[in-house]
Amino acid sequence: MSELLTFKNVWLEYGEKIVLERVDLGIAERSFVSIVGPSGAGKSSFLRLVLGQEAPTRGLILLDGKRLTPECGPDRGVVFQRYSVFPHLTALRNVMFGRECTSAPFTARLFGAARRAAAEEAEAMLIEVGLGDALHLYPSQLSGGMQQRLAIAQALMARPRVLLLDEPFGALDPGIRQDMHRLTLRLWREHALTVLMVTHDIIEAFGLGTRVLAFDKRRIDPHAPHRFGATAVYDLLLTRKPPPDALHPQGGVLRLTESVIPSTEESL
Amino acid sequence: MRWVNIRPGRRNSVLLGALPLLVVVVAYLFASAARHATNPSDKILPTPAAMVTAMHSLLVDADPLSGRLIFWADTLASLERLGLALGICTLSALLVGMVLGILPAARASFGGLVTTVAVIPPIALLPVLFIVFGLGEAAKVALIVVGVTPFLIRDLADHVAALPQEQLIKAQTLGASSWQLALRVALPQALPRLIAGLRLSLGPAWVYLISAEAIASDIGLGYRIFLVRRYLSMDIIIPYVAWISLLAIAMDVALAQLSHRSFAWAHKAGR
Repeated sequence: MSELLTFKNVWLEYGEKIVLERVDLGIAERSFVSIVGPSGAGKSSFLRLVLGQEAPTRGLILLDGKRLTPECGPDRGVVFQRYSVFPHLTALRNVMFGRECTSAPFTARLFGAARRAAAEEAEAMLIEVGLGDALHLYPSQLSGGMQQRLAIAQALMARPRVLLLDEPFGALDPGIRQDMHRLTLRLWREHALTVLMVTHDIIEAFGLGTRVLAFDKRRIDPHAPHRFGATAVYDLLLTRKPPPDALHPQGGVLRLTESVIPSTEESL
Repeated sequence: MRWVNIRPGRRNSVLLGALPLLVVVVAYLFASAARHATNPSDKILPTPAAMVTAMHSLLVDADPLSGRLIFWADTLASLERLGLALGICTLSALLVGMVLGILPAARASFGGLVTTVAVIPPIALLPVLFIVFGLGEAAKVALIVVGVTPFLIRDLADHVAALPQEQLIKAQTLGASSWQLALRVALPQALPRLIAGLRLSLGPAWVYLISAEAIASDIGLGYRIFLVRRYLSMDIIIPYVAWISLLAIAMDVALAQLSHRSFAWAHKAGR
C-alpha cells in the first residue's frame, strides 16, 4: 500500500499558542485512521490542516506526493458532526450538487440528459446509503442519522482521495450510531476509501479503524501551557478487525502489532 | 392550569384576535354618537355615514380641476412610488448584501460605510434629497431607498455571513467555486431572509412615503391626508388611514405567501 498523505515536521501555531508540533506521519492508501485525544489536543486542527481550511505554520503536507493546497478542494471529502448538508436542497439535489458544480461552471445546474445521468447516479448513491425512500425530502424532514447518511453520500459522489470525518456520529443515538458504523465500514471497503476520522468514542475508534492515532501534548510547561503543542503520541496499527457486528457490546479482540509509544514525558 | 399553558385553538385565535379590533370600532361609534348628541356638526369624530358621503365623491366623482378620480389617483401614485422604491431597495440590498456576506474582504472594506449610512436618520436627509433630486418623484423614491436599503443590506449580509462555515467548506470540497457558492449555497438561503427583512421594512417605508408626500407633493395618500387636515376633515383622514393600513397588511400577507410558496424548506418546522 502506497503512502497517500505525508506529514513532514508539521507545526501549527496561532501567534504565541502552539497547537500542533513535530507531526511526522505517513498515512497509507485505503487505511481507516481513527484520531482520538482529549479536548484541545489538536484533533480538529489536524483535520482542518488536511482539509486545507488552514495551512501549517511550518512543515509540509503532501497528498499523493504533491504539496497540499491550503484551500478545500474536491480531492478531499468531509462530513462534519452537523450542518454539512444544504437545508434548501432535497436529498437528491444535495447529492447532485457536486456534479452540477464540476460540470457547469457558470450556472452550476445541469439540464436534459446530463441532468438525468447525474440524478440517476445520485439516486444510486442514496439507495446505497439507505436513503432510497427519502430522495425528495428536505434535510429538516430527515432524522439526525439520515442527515449524516446524506452527508456521506454527498461526499462520496465527488470521489475524494481522502474522506475526513469530524465526529460524524457524535450527535447520534447509540442504536443509530451502530447502523452508521456498519454503513461506514461497508462503504470504506466497497469504495476503497482512505478515511481519517476524529472521534471521542474510544470503542468507535478501535472498532472502525485500522490505525488509531492518539493526539496529546508530550510536554507541559505549567507556567506557559500554550507553548507546547500536541502531536500523535500513540500510533497503533490494528491488523485483525472484529466482525462489525461484534463491535458494539464490549468491542472485539484487538491485537496491537506495532505500537510506537513514547512515554508521555513528565512536565518540565 | 397555569396561564402560560393556556393555548387557544385555531378558531379561538381568530376570534380572540378580532375581539380587540371590534372593541375599538364599537368604542369609536359610541364616542362619535356621544359627541354628535351634544354637537350635531362635530368634525372630530365623524359618523360612518359622514365618512361614506365624504369618500363617495372622492371615489366616484372626477375632480373638476384635474379630471381624476382622486382616491384612486392618490392610491396609484403612492403605490407606484412605494413599489419602485422597494424594488430598488430589494435589488440593491440583494446585490450588496450578498457580496458583503460572502466576501470577507468586501465586508472589511465596505461594512463600516454601510453601518455609518444606516445610522443617519433618513428624514434628516430629506432636505438634501429635495435639493439634489428636486421636488419630483425622484426625491420621494430616494427617501424610501435611503431609509430602507441600509437595514436590508446589513440584515442580509449578517445572515449570509452567519451561514454555517461547515456548509461553505462542504461545498468547496464538492468542487464549488466562489461564484457557485454564491449562486447555489448563499443566494437560495438569503432570499427568504430578504423577504422577511422586506416585510419588516414595510412599516418604515410607509413612514418615509407619507413624510415625503406631506412635505412636497400634489398627489398621493399622504398628500391628501395632510391637505384635508387644514379643513379638519376627519371624515376623509380616517378612511384614508384605514385604507393605508389595509394596503400595508395586504402587502405583508402577499410577501409572506410568496415566501411560503417559493421557499417551503425555510418554513418547515426546524429541529
